[in-house]
Amino acid sequence: MSSAAPLVQILANVRHVVLVLSGKGGVGKSTITTGLALALRQAGNKVGILDVDLCGPSIPRMLSVGRPDVHLCDAGWVPVYTDAQKSLALMSIGFLLDDPDKAVVWRGPKKTALISQFVSDVAWEELDVLLVDTPPGTSDEHLAVLENLKKHRVDGAVLVTTPQAVSTGDVRREITFCKKTGVPILGIIENMSGFVCPHCSECSNIFSKGGGEELAKLTGSVFLGCVPLDPQLSSSMEEGKDFMELFSNSATSTAIGGISQTLLQRLQTT
Amino acid sequence: MADVPDNAPEHCPGTTSEKAGTSASCQGCPNQSLCASGATKTPDPAIAEIGEKLSSVKHKILVLSGKGGVGKSTFSAHLAHALASDSTKEVALLDIDICGPSLPRILGVEGEQVHQSGSGWSPVYVEDNLSVMSIGFLLSSPDDAVIWRGPKKNGMIKQFLRDVDWGELDYLIVDTPPGTSDEHLSIVQYLSSTHVDGAVIITTPQEVSLQDVRKEIGFCRMVKLKTTIFCTGSALFTEKMCQDFNLTLLGKVPLDPRIGQSCDEGKSFLSEVPDSPAADVYRTIVHSIQEYCSKRVTGDQDTC
Repeated sequence: MSSAAPLVQILANVRHVVLVLSGKGGVGKSTITTGLALALRQAGNKVGILDVDLCGPSIPRMLSVGRPDVHLCDAGWVPVYTDAQKSLALMSIGFLLDDPDKAVVWRGPKKTALISQFVSDVAWEELDVLLVDTPPGTSDEHLAVLENLKKHRVDGAVLVTTPQAVSTGDVRREITFCKKTGVPILGIIENMSGFVCPHCSECSNIFSKGGGEELAKLTGSVFLGCVPLDPQLSSSMEEGKDFMELFSNSATSTAIGGISQTLLQRLQTT
Repeated sequence: MADVPDNAPEHCPGTTSEKAGTSASCQGCPNQSLCASGATKTPDPAIAEIGEKLSSVKHKILVLSGKGGVGKSTFSAHLAHALASDSTKEVALLDIDICGPSLPRILGVEGEQVHQSGSGWSPVYVEDNLSVMSIGFLLSSPDDAVIWRGPKKNGMIKQFLRDVDWGELDYLIVDTPPGTSDEHLSIVQYLSSTHVDGAVIITTPQEVSLQDVRKEIGFCRMVKLKTTIFCTGSALFTEKMCQDFNLTLLGKVPLDPRIGQSCDEGKSFLSEVPDSPAADVYRTIVHSIQEYCSKRVTGDQDTC
């Protein structure tokens, strides 16, 4: 393992760092992170994803990168690229596991130590946006990411919720976490917002609707938009296919594309 | 067992950690020399105390999932409601999701207060025979965030087990956060001198969920916790996974929008929508769990 280059140097080529957070599990943080990354790439940006969910790393599967070996260069760990043009880079704990079915049963201090390495030792090349996918909660992983990114600007966080009160209830706490740790809130995304039937295009609200927008109003945050519950999005993620390419005319990809543009504008003006 | 004293510095490794007293964070801590002497590394006496305290609890069930958002809290709450529908049974729920406590809302008791008496903290009563303890009741506002590292979360879990006046219980159901981390290790360790009937693992049929559930199964095997499984939605892959791991698939719950609605409103959907196909499956699952628990009482070996 090479000695870590100074953190500031490693991330010097990364223009914007965005955390993807949610107090609540299962709202689609990894799906939204992947969707936003694909949308930003489609719009011509160089994008990186740092997957710090040590217990449940989902992104490698969603980007269909399998279980590659991680290599070292002088500057640190080389991220895995999804294509030869290096338009989308990924570093995930998933790459470090010999056995993807083996649980990472670590207490906080050990998780903190590995995340520090992740943040410090990945040799990101020039990136327009680095998205950091996180597990649910407000604990060791989140504090570790923030402590280690403190020397580099964290532009802010995007919070993902679903419409239900059980979800927005946890996301309110995540908003408090951001305020207490000084992380600007770039906006709130309401995922699984309405279900569009692929056969009849009728929209039904399986998980209700509007909770995310209400939460944004309540907390004075920007509402970035809604992403519907779309079986084609779920299956694309499941199979590691580029949803934004395959279903570029769908309402869902328009929604994700719109959110990514709003996000980019907010990053470029703050 | 990691334990963080109140006067410890921010990155305290815990008084029973191998690095107690010797880590960089220990510099300047008033407990440093005590920890470094090794006196704090003996088995946590709380484990035996908890064993004693919970000897009046007949059955303990953990509800786990590697994956977030699959319905652990929903299931825990409705399992409790269903078990408590027998008024002769005493049922309690323990919510150890310290960062995201959902049970108070799902049970319709958000905003209730916990009281302290000579015999300990009293849990909040949902029904006469159904009580719950959650950090949610200790927060002064719905916006309060619990930004704690592992050792402090572990301390809270210990207090819940040792200091709550649970009373005589037929069932104690423990709802957990997603993952395989401090909370999961702690609950297993703190309950190690008691009898735990087993764990129910919740999943959805997607591979992204099954991927995490396989890890959870690995965790259960590592800590020698008897496991069974249930699933939401249709489940060909789940059935295969259960076969591969020699686990019982308790049931497949169809997605019903009224489940989420009931949870948001703090009502039991078993009462609100008793005719729903999902309610039928829940009742079947609860029955299987009751049978499993009663077999353990009679000492029968279960192949689960």
